[in-house]
Amino acid sequence: MGSYIIKRIAVGIVTIFLVATITFFLMYLVPGGPFLSEKSPSKQTIEALERKYGLDKPVYIQYLNYMKGLIKFDLGPSLKMRGREVVDIIKTRFPISAKLGGLAMLLAICIGIPMGIFSAINRGKWFDNIVMVICTFGIAVPGFVVATVLMYFFGVTLHILPTRGLDSPAHYILPVTALAFYPTAYISRLMRSSMLDVLGQDYMRTAKAKGLSQFKSLFKHALRNAVLPIITYLGPALAYILTGSLVVEKIFTIPGLGRQFVSSITDRDYPLIMGLTIFLAFLLITMNVIVDIVYKIIDPRIKLK
Amino acid sequence: MSKVLLDIRNLKVSFFTPAGEVKAVNDVSFSINEGDVLGIVGESGSGKSVTAYSIMGLIPFPGKIVGGTIDFNGHRINDMTEKELRSMRGNEVSIIFQDPMTSLNPVYTIGNQIKEVILLHTNLNRKQANERAIELLKLVGINEPEKRMKQYPHELSGGMRQRVMIAIALACEPKLLIADEPTTALDVTIQAQIMELMTELKNKINMAIILITHDLGIVSRMCEKIIVMYGGKIMEQGTIDDIFYNPKHEYTKGLLRSIPKLTAKEHEKLIPIEGTPVDMLNPPAGCPFAPRCKKCMKICLKKMPEYTKISDTHYSACWLLQKEEYEKSTGVIKGE
Repeated sequence: MGSYIIKRIAVGIVTIFLVATITFFLMYLVPGGPFLSEKSPSKQTIEALERKYGLDKPVYIQYLNYMKGLIKFDLGPSLKMRGREVVDIIKTRFPISAKLGGLAMLLAICIGIPMGIFSAINRGKWFDNIVMVICTFGIAVPGFVVATVLMYFFGVTLHILPTRGLDSPAHYILPVTALAFYPTAYISRLMRSSMLDVLGQDYMRTAKAKGLSQFKSLFKHALRNAVLPIITYLGPALAYILTGSLVVEKIFTIPGLGRQFVSSITDRDYPLIMGLTIFLAFLLITMNVIVDIVYKIIDPRIKLK
Repeated sequence: MSKVLLDIRNLKVSFFTPAGEVKAVNDVSFSINEGDVLGIVGESGSGKSVTAYSIMGLIPFPGKIVGGTIDFNGHRINDMTEKELRSMRGNEVSIIFQDPMTSLNPVYTIGNQIKEVILLHTNLNRKQANERAIELLKLVGINEPEKRMKQYPHELSGGMRQRVMIAIALACEPKLLIADEPTTALDVTIQAQIMELMTELKNKINMAIILITHDLGIVSRMCEKIIVMYGGKIMEQGTIDDIFYNPKHEYTKGLLRSIPKLTAKEHEKLIPIEGTPVDMLNPPAGCPFAPRCKKCMKICLKKMPEYTKISDTHYSACWLLQKEEYEKSTGVIKGE
């Protein structure tokens, strides 16, 4: 186990290095620059700014400089948000997105898993049919529609929930629900099909033949086997949901990290693009290692090499 | 005369599939005494496993018992509630399944899976259950039982896993053990070991065994009574000697002919039973074996024959026997 984790960390570092390199050069292939806008500053100003941030140097020198900083966990200053370090932006905005995303995922798990289980054991009955229709709906309808509809009903028409910002616990309800919609539907479907597969296994018949109640055989024998695909899905899904959603953050005016992903690109805020990409890569790799370890704990047949 | 342990009368089990009703078990009656070994033989789809599962209330969806009665140890299984059935399963009646590779849960240790059934049906505490589980593993001939307790199914061979399944089945000293093709998935030497083990254990705790198999060799070694099934019906039943030395039904004769012989000459071909198994969705009106029977008569295709009593222990359902009987009793030879 120990050597496995060390190996995965080493591979992770190489991956992050590659991601950083590729992103860096791709970024420079895109035309435009950070200091261009409708009221373009004078040529002199731009040159001065570029000198200040080292953008006047050849690309490979810039790359080497950036990598030197990266080794020291210095992601550089933001070019658009003057005077702010990329690390600071992530530090202040990530917790907001992570809190929302974490709550949404928790909600999705708490609803999705039981819903999937009950669908599977009532396969073909009305409960199953209704759940499946809801799930298909949940997967098919895009997030901005869900968010807007929720906002319109609970915020505008009924006036029972706040629609902007995150000032009180009540403020969390709508954005968390909107965020949780898709993963709930997805987890339900995944859980249902995985459960159906497990229920048909021979060891479930053995459990019944031993005289176990349906409840016990379901929760002891079926669930542990059926939950594996969910774990696989949860790893990367968590990495994405924790880093925030552009749509939900924009609609509910939440100062999270999700919006930064898109705005940093339109702004050509090179250090911020780099910083966010590397941060997401780091989260993804971490989540995958955690998934592997959890997998090993749940299923003893898995060998970590 | 020992007591009747299990008595099945006119059992009918059907599977209600989208394509129609499949009468998997159709009017089957037999009984088994305490401590007896009964063999049920027949090819795939003949209804032998379904018959056994119905004893434990384990018929998979969309199957249902549609008629007949099952009495076990004085209790009518048909009338039992799910709770009563549960307390019987794994306790008074146990089952060993065909495939030991998939019958154990891969994510729990052997010890956990044996202890589970002990804790469920007895008043032993965890520590006692642990000791009992180790004792059971020793009983079924597993070496280093303490170590095995902590191992997972994938760390054991097929034969070992089947021994574990037997240990689980025997944990509460059942009165009846159903062995559903217990050696089909194992190689021949392991087969022999497992069968020997079962005979030995049967004598130790005096349980009855229903052995479901298509291996007549195994049956001849272990069983006192044999039931030959085909197309959801019992074709012939009798003692070992009745069936092996005095088979009356054409299907039984065919089965016996198809066994490879040790004394066979080189290049001597096996004699198969020609034709294909009966289509259970559209079974013939008469005897299910009629379409494949070399001595099939007109009436065979129209009507199922009654059982002809050959001796106190030997019964067979065949029109040829009915004809013989008629001729014997009347002296009239019915010609074509």
